[in-house]
Amino acid sequence: MEKTAVKSAEGKRVITKKPELLAPAGNLEKLKIAVHYGADAVFIGGREFGLRSNAGNFSMEEMAEGVQFAKKYGARIYVTTNIFAHNENMEGLEEYLKGIEEAGVAGIIVADPLIIEACKRAAPKLEIHLSTQQSLTNWQAVKFWKEEGLERVVLAREVGLQEMLEMKKNVDIEIETFIHGAMCIAYSGRCVLSNHMTARDSNRGGCCQSCRWDYFLYEDGEDMTSSEALFAETDSPFAMSPKDLNLIESIPKLVEAGIDSLKIEGRMKSIHYVATVVSVYRKVIDAYCADPDNFKIKREWLEELAKCANRPAAPAFFENTPGYKEQMFGIHGEKPAYDFAGLVLDYDPETEIVTLQQRNFFRPGDEVEFFGPEIDNFTQKVDKLWDEKGRELDAARHPLQIVKFKAEKPVYRNNMMRKGAF
Amino acid sequence: MKKPELLVTPVSPVNGEELIKAGATALLIGEEAYGLRLAGEFNREDVKETVRIAHKHGVKVYVAVNALFHNDMLNGLPDYIKFLSEANVDAVVFGDPGVLMTVRETAPDMKLHWNTETTATNWYTANYWGRKGAKRAVLARELNMDAILEIKENAEVEIEVQVQGMTCMFQSRRTLLGNYMEFQGKDLKVEGRSKDRSLYLHDPEREAKYPVWEDKNGTHIMSPKDICIIDELEELLEGKIDSLKIDGILKDGDYLVKATKLYRQAIDLYFEDPDQYDEKREYFLDEIKKIQPPNRDVDTGFFFKETVY
Repeated sequence: MEKTAVKSAEGKRVITKKPELLAPAGNLEKLKIAVHYGADAVFIGGREFGLRSNAGNFSMEEMAEGVQFAKKYGARIYVTTNIFAHNENMEGLEEYLKGIEEAGVAGIIVADPLIIEACKRAAPKLEIHLSTQQSLTNWQAVKFWKEEGLERVVLAREVGLQEMLEMKKNVDIEIETFIHGAMCIAYSGRCVLSNHMTARDSNRGGCCQSCRWDYFLYEDGEDMTSSEALFAETDSPFAMSPKDLNLIESIPKLVEAGIDSLKIEGRMKSIHYVATVVSVYRKVIDAYCADPDNFKIKREWLEELAKCANRPAAPAFFENTPGYKEQMFGIHGEKPAYDFAGLVLDYDPETEIVTLQQRNFFRPGDEVEFFGPEIDNFTQKVDKLWDEKGRELDAARHPLQIVKFKAEKPVYRNNMMRKGAF
Repeated sequence: MKKPELLVTPVSPVNGEELIKAGATALLIGEEAYGLRLAGEFNREDVKETVRIAHKHGVKVYVAVNALFHNDMLNGLPDYIKFLSEANVDAVVFGDPGVLMTVRETAPDMKLHWNTETTATNWYTANYWGRKGAKRAVLARELNMDAILEIKENAEVEIEVQVQGMTCMFQSRRTLLGNYMEFQGKDLKVEGRSKDRSLYLHDPEREAKYPVWEDKNGTHIMSPKDICIIDELEELLEGKIDSLKIDGILKDGDYLVKATKLYRQAIDLYFEDPDQYDEKREYFLDEIKKIQPPNRDVDTGFFFKETVY
């Protein structure tokens, strides 16, 4: 394994090989925000061959634009092509992969060997990363995919730190693992609940998330003609909904383990979510690598992450097998504690006026918080509020409306403003 | 025209012999530590015994080594593969490439069948695993008849299709039943979560019952109905599908003997006289329905269904 740490001039240990911070983006705006807020790489979906058919997804032109934008920041773009294809999905595959290659994409995330082989033939410049849909759980299987010529494997969500270390020890291949976001409770690729319950193919992007529904646990009698509910109607029903993954406090262990890429889930999530999560993990990774021996997790980072969470979080399989406390019973997600209220378009240092694109209702007197890669978070009260033409407003009511007010500290384009959700 | 293999999963070596007499031409067995969702638990002695019985009758024995292997489960694997090779089993059924790697290292002559259950969905990928060493691909149960036949037309490996029994919809590594019991503060004993109890999840919206249990491989949730296409076999037979499987998970040995006899009759009759099969198809279906447990209805699975995405 390459050397990952050096001693600095002052004799301080410094990590030189930072893991890649990999963010999701459902459309071009989200991609740009993810890169701007500090992602080293972004994974996106194209119009075909990917899961999440409900995410916005990218045309070839948008992919190319995203790649060009990312290049300015030295960031890489990966495209998910991780369906398990049926016979009917073979058509057009090679042209599609060629298109991705021509768009300048760095690699594809693949589950089906059909697409792996097509990529080797038609688009050899693309890196091939094995999708978590293959539920990769042991080092011998990692070795298999290495011998197949893959650059990187994404591990199953069921793999813990100890297992990752063994894989790293046994096979020289890039390893990517999830650190944050919603998760399948089944082994990925091994669940067809959607197919049965709604005739939607979960392994081709049709998953209806029926694992998040409520069920009732029964037992059949000996003669199998009668059955009995095991719990009363007033009890919480049977549920399989996992809490979301959150490994922020384990970043030091992941860095020390030499994991190559740390992945945030959520192509369907908002730019506010992507910006918040990416910027927090950026800070944690950078702070740890700069001075690992004196690193402490800051409470403000944890609090910041919680501001965009819509479910409770847990470390899943990272160090233990998760028990009932890492699942949700009787609750179906919550509203995040904060709403995304506005995106900064401009700031005038002379007048101290910020120009915002409204993303959620707010009005004078509301307490709002600004955040972004160039600034430390600060909160202030909204004072007088104007529209684009300078007319005073009693509230910013309309989505995407352009509004202005006085900011108490300098802000920058693409900083965000949020407010507490009540 | 060659008759397809009739593959059945016995609950015990004795049941294996009964199934052979009932007309099975291959048996699929295994143990929970390596194989998924088996009808019976076969330790090493049982494997040897089953091979002895089966080979006497010219019947093949396949062993399921299709778990999702974590690193710690790899430790015992080379020894198990070596044992299976020495026991002369006819093939090892795998889904995890880690098993393929281990077989290459410890028993390179061992035949392999590729079965991931849900991901064998196109002919190219079936052939891909063929090039990696598999002799057979076991198709996903979520395919329709046209897709199955198209795969067979283009396949360079044998094709196995399940024609009878329950299918798996979901496998989690988590102990979801135990977790729920614990959450409710009514921690039941470990055996309370096992296959021996007929636990199921009720889905009131679809009025469906999904069998559920926990074992070493996690939590398993099964289809609300058993596949049964004993009355719709002609396309599979004309399409020369290599192996038709009766899956006996959560069934008793007696049921399996009866189901095997019926499939044996149906297949043989088709080969003797397709018109007579056509006349008797309703009869076969009715006979299956008669032996179904009272809480398990049959349907045709995804054979005649469209799926969107």
